[in-house]
Amino acid sequence: MANQVCFRNNHLENSWTLAAYQSSGGYEAVKKILSEKTSPEELIDEIKLSALRGRGGAGFPTGLKWSFMPRNAPGQKYIVCNSDEGEPGTCKDRDILRYNPHQLIEGMLIAGYCIGASAGYNYIRGEFWEPYSRFEVALEEARAAGLLGDNILDSGFDFQLHSHLGAGAYVCGEETALLNSIEGKKGQPRFKPPFPAGFGLYGRPTTINNTESLASIPVILSKGGQWFLDQGLPNAGGEKLFSVSGHVNRPGNYEVPMGTPFSELLEMAGGVRDGHQLKAVIPGGSSTPVVPGDQMMGINMDYDSIASAGSMLGAGSVIVMDETTCMPRVLARLAYFYYEESCGQCTPCREGTGWLSRVTQRIEDGNGAQADIDLLDSVAGNIEGNTICALGDAAAMPVRSFLKHYRDEFQHHIDHKQCMVTSDW
Amino acid sequence: MISEAARADIDRWVEKYPEEQKQSAVMAALRIVQDENGGSITTEMMDEVAAYLDMPPINVYEVATFYSMYEHKPVGKHKLCVCTNISCMLRNSKGVVDHLQEKLDIGFGEVTEDGMFSLKEVECLGACVNAPVMQVGEHYHEQLNPEKIDRLLDELRQES
Amino acid sequence: MDTQKDQVTIELNDTRLEARQGQMLIEVADANGVSIPRFCYHKKLSVSANCRMCLVEVENAPKMLPACATPVTDGMKAWTKSPKAIAAQKSVMEFLLINHPLDCPVCDQGGECDLQEMALGYGGDTSRYTEGKRIIKEKDYGSLVSTEMSRCIHCTRCVRFGVEIAGIPEIGGTGRGDHMQIGTYVQKALSSELSGNIIDLCPVGALLSKPFLFSARSWELKSVPGVAPHDAVGSNIQIQTRNGKVMRVIPQENEAVNEIWISDRDRFSYLALDSEDRVTQPMVRNSDGQLVETDWQSALEAAVNGMKMVASTDGGGALGALASPSSTTEEFYLLQKLMRGLGSNSVDHRLRQQDFSGQSDQIAPQLGTTLQQIEQQNAVLIVGSDIQREQPLLSHRIRKAALSGAAVSTVNPDGIEFNFPLSGEVVTDQLTPALSAIARAMVDMGMGGDLSGLSALVADANVEPAHQAVAESLIGGEKAMVLMGEIAYRDQNQAVIYALTGAIASMSGATFSVLTEGANALGGLLAGAVPHRDTADATVDSVGMDVASMVDMAPKGLLLMGIEAESDLAAGPAAADAIRKSEFVVSLSTFADSVTMGKSDVILPLAAFTESSGTFVNAEGEWQSFGGAVAPKGEARPGWKILRVMGTMANLDGFDYNSSEDVLSEVRGLCDQAETEKWSWSALSDLGDASSCTVASTPIYQVDSLVRRSEPLQQTPLAHAGQATTGGAE
Ligand SMILES: Cc1cc2nc3c(=O)[nH]c(=O)nc-3n(C[C@H](O)[C@H](O)[C@H](O)COP(=O)(O)O)c2cc1C
Ligand code: SF4
Ligand code: FES
Repeated sequence: MANQVCFRNNHLENSWTLAAYQSSGGYEAVKKILSEKTSPEELIDEIKLSALRGRGGAGFPTGLKWSFMPRNAPGQKYIVCNSDEGEPGTCKDRDILRYNPHQLIEGMLIAGYCIGASAGYNYIRGEFWEPYSRFEVALEEARAAGLLGDNILDSGFDFQLHSHLGAGAYVCGEETALLNSIEGKKGQPRFKPPFPAGFGLYGRPTTINNTESLASIPVILSKGGQWFLDQGLPNAGGEKLFSVSGHVNRPGNYEVPMGTPFSELLEMAGGVRDGHQLKAVIPGGSSTPVVPGDQMMGINMDYDSIASAGSMLGAGSVIVMDETTCMPRVLARLAYFYYEESCGQCTPCREGTGWLSRVTQRIEDGNGAQADIDLLDSVAGNIEGNTICALGDAAAMPVRSFLKHYRDEFQHHIDHKQCMVTSDW
Repeated sequence: MISEAARADIDRWVEKYPEEQKQSAVMAALRIVQDENGGSITTEMMDEVAAYLDMPPINVYEVATFYSMYEHKPVGKHKLCVCTNISCMLRNSKGVVDHLQEKLDIGFGEVTEDGMFSLKEVECLGACVNAPVMQVGEHYHEQLNPEKIDRLLDELRQES
Repeated sequence: MDTQKDQVTIELNDTRLEARQGQMLIEVADANGVSIPRFCYHKKLSVSANCRMCLVEVENAPKMLPACATPVTDGMKAWTKSPKAIAAQKSVMEFLLINHPLDCPVCDQGGECDLQEMALGYGGDTSRYTEGKRIIKEKDYGSLVSTEMSRCIHCTRCVRFGVEIAGIPEIGGTGRGDHMQIGTYVQKALSSELSGNIIDLCPVGALLSKPFLFSARSWELKSVPGVAPHDAVGSNIQIQTRNGKVMRVIPQENEAVNEIWISDRDRFSYLALDSEDRVTQPMVRNSDGQLVETDWQSALEAAVNGMKMVASTDGGGALGALASPSSTTEEFYLLQKLMRGLGSNSVDHRLRQQDFSGQSDQIAPQLGTTLQQIEQQNAVLIVGSDIQREQPLLSHRIRKAALSGAAVSTVNPDGIEFNFPLSGEVVTDQLTPALSAIARAMVDMGMGGDLSGLSALVADANVEPAHQAVAESLIGGEKAMVLMGEIAYRDQNQAVIYALTGAIASMSGATFSVLTEGANALGGLLAGAVPHRDTADATVDSVGMDVASMVDMAPKGLLLMGIEAESDLAAGPAAADAIRKSEFVVSLSTFADSVTMGKSDVILPLAAFTESSGTFVNAEGEWQSFGGAVAPKGEARPGWKILRVMGTMANLDGFDYNSSEDVLSEVRGLCDQAETEKWSWSALSDLGDASSCTVASTPIYQVDSLVRRSEPLQQTPLAHAGQATTGGAE
């Protein structure tokens, strides 16, 4: 099966409209909850049962996260949706915003209800003007239909929802940087503790979830946690969106069950570019470790299986590379990305990402020195684990994994001042 | 001076946030004044935004220099933002860049002589499955190839 | 709170330690003498945990944790020097150094640089970094702070200082990542009155003292403790000298007084010490009317003989003495002793006060509580004071109270703004009606007491919501204080304002605090350097002339100590005229201003604050003594020595002191006896004219002869803004 959760409406004409969404049972979940006054605890239990794990990258169980909220504490609480989608290789949330925005709104409503929040923000990256506009229209429709605002459907439940637009900063995808950004500050991550559940947006208890996580909620609650669980694996329920990009015939977003073999996913994406062979795969977005192609062919798209290959499922952003790919060149580009996107507040990341970028570029340019490979590995190791947020780790992991699997290519660059492979791109 | 229309637009954003959190609208405000000013912002504009939102100017400067979509030097009427990150790179974003640079005779960070276009290298735009991608104004242009680019440049020229 | 439950036990480097729940690991380490390297952490600033230098190993934590941001929990085990901790610290050190210019030999921070010091312990021998280093253009922060931003390690202490302490966010981090730069973004001179503190906070040589730049290496300097001479806080300082010259002034930590801060005034006033117009030779006016340099003996003889002459022809009452409110207690004591010995009670130091009609009813001007206690107040009313500029570090305590929720309100003329939020504000040029209205509001709320002479005024007052709000906040504050500042103190109807302010304080159960000019007004009063009181508040048989009367009557013989008449007295030009009218003038002077030079018959060169021992009594009543840091310039002598010899030459008894300590123990002894009777405030019986005429407070860099001569201070934005924002009717 496929396309049963976030993409379940994409086949409908004008799937992004309220009418289309409602025609396929949209907003029924929240209506039922509000009319029956289902207890939040019960709902959270259902989500725990579903084994939904956060789709933003870290894979933290969503039900558990919600249960951390001091939902009965007095005062304002917030639900925040993370539609910053900046991790290279990732472009699934954009399609949820474009094709199924009401499902996200319904998911945020239910989340707000469960964690005791009467207000929410959807943080959309600044470049996503078109998806943002569509989401805004959906918000208007929902407000007009009495699905957002005060006393929703006469239930006594109030929920205000707004979008906040970013302005170009990958690090704002990190949840605390995102909160600072909503507060009108630089998007610098905050040191944790305190955690957002206690001290979040404007200092109030806040839950932050990825777009796909939240958009999955209405389906889980209408079809049941058990149903969702059954789609996937015991510790990773549901179908999930995988963005397959790079050297495949049919790049695209595919919503398939957790645990689908990589080979099947590759098949759906039309296989490796005609006339080429699989070389390597980055399975979860640019910060997850690269996995050699043959190894990848033997593993499934779920947390544990990918972990066994030394990488991570991340946000499900599958970057496929064929034999024409020069690994030092790709790494230099990725290292440059993290260097450009480091927020700059903590020392190892600010200084280390620049160092990694300069040395990888030097190697790519044919000016590498013999000691550079070990140097890169050591610098990456010195960043890892020593920073405020995980961007530092994200910058280090590609370096270490590329060196681990493709050391010979780097050596070749240093020795011969040129690539080992020829690429047509 | 921030125009009446811009003020109204900023006010709309201010309303989204709690009353004492006007500063939350600073990113929107900067975008709005930047758009009004042909794509870039000046120190005076940042000072005005600071005054309008009751913020210390330095905090506006911080925000305006942190996020990459704010420009502090004049840009072309159309700012062509080409993604060169991994997924686009694998699908020949270099070809896109080369083609644009040749057609427009400018490099990254430069503006064409007629002020029509400027070129910017950007990080992942979040449309990786449709690589290579370029953003122009509010719109994404995907699965680019030389023909598509030529057509787009013509359209943009025509538009003005 | 249950302190027992609050207490946790942790193991730090395998040693069991007691700590408070929630304390950060680095605080516990500091308290127990365990050193953890750090750059961004500073005990007076919020935790930013961004330098990562303080990473330590904590049991069961998957990663190294920053000690500055890791709260201790019961049973926690941490190691600051385990192999993993050291490895993390070393890697951070390496990262910090890759882009650092390593220009220690030409850096002023050399010898007092945290980076240099820690690099010795943690840095590698050779750099693995072979790429180009980041170079950052210099910023212009104005005349006080010099920048060398390529040395910046982005610890953000200066940024947090601006937000959290100065209350003026001017410095920030602009740009992102490796491109991030600490600075003001636009060229901008810093405008805080506390800006110099970022020099001390900066752990490297990025922010330095501009006037001190390249003038000495820190290890060549000798440090002598001192007390800052510009306001009633009595900030503790270190006067740093080389070859008998003051090179620099830095703060000396004293949590009870100035914490770790000093004002820019305290830090940079030393630059006036070598002004060209320092008086360095005794001078006497000859028969042609020319001032000629002479020796001490001749000058002192001329001074004493001249004064005795006046006393013998016109009586002691024809003599008057005026002293700077920043004179030492020893100087004040000997001055009044000399004057009273010569038969005059006309001695005063309250140079900017105009109305003395209430002086006999007033208590010694003081805080009434400790500086630290200010932070604990729930409600504060500031009456007539630009307190942030007037008493910068006292104001900082009020700011802390305000930020932790105290209701701070003001009754002030227009245009005075503070770096802390106000809960209420009464803006007026007329303090009397405003204060009457607040008092009236209190009476209406049933808070009456004996208002005596104030009754009619209060009864007639018109209570507006702003007055009501102030009254309510004071009454509602469990701990409240009412502070009367310079503008109120200088008012032409000070007596009424004083009585009203006192009444408001007593009706609301608040502490009544009076702040005065100079560094030692309280010391001046205790020592008896006032016309209406002898030492230790002893009564006098007849009240002498106060400042205003002396200006009015121009005493025949005048003794001036540390005075520049035109700038130091409220009635500047009139005061100068009075001096010119006087028949015989002796000036103990540090600087040669035109009135002194044009009129004085004898000029005795007076040592500056760095050149003399002495004692200041600060606003809270703390006696703080200090020794001289350098020898007086030229032939100048400490005031107490000059006055001692004058007393002896005048054949007065009791002037045979061997040291300033002898003088101090005598005056201190008298005051200690008297202190058993607590000074109290009582309502006035007679009020006179009730209208007030508010005058502006003295601009921050105009308060005394030193700050007026410190060029770098005069170049700051505050030196100019000061006149504009506090301008009122003069
Ligand atoms: C540098 C960095 C970038 C991130 N970018 C995103 C992002 O674009 N979208 C996202 O949902 N989560 C992102 N995350 C993860 C978030 O911090 C957070 O874990 C997530 O939004 C939580 O939602 P979830 O539990 O539903 O996955 C990022 C994390 C880091 C460290
Ligand atoms: S790891 Fe990088 S992005 Fe994250 S807080 Fe540190 S400097 Fe900023
Ligand atoms: S001192 Fe702890 S991170 Fe800087």
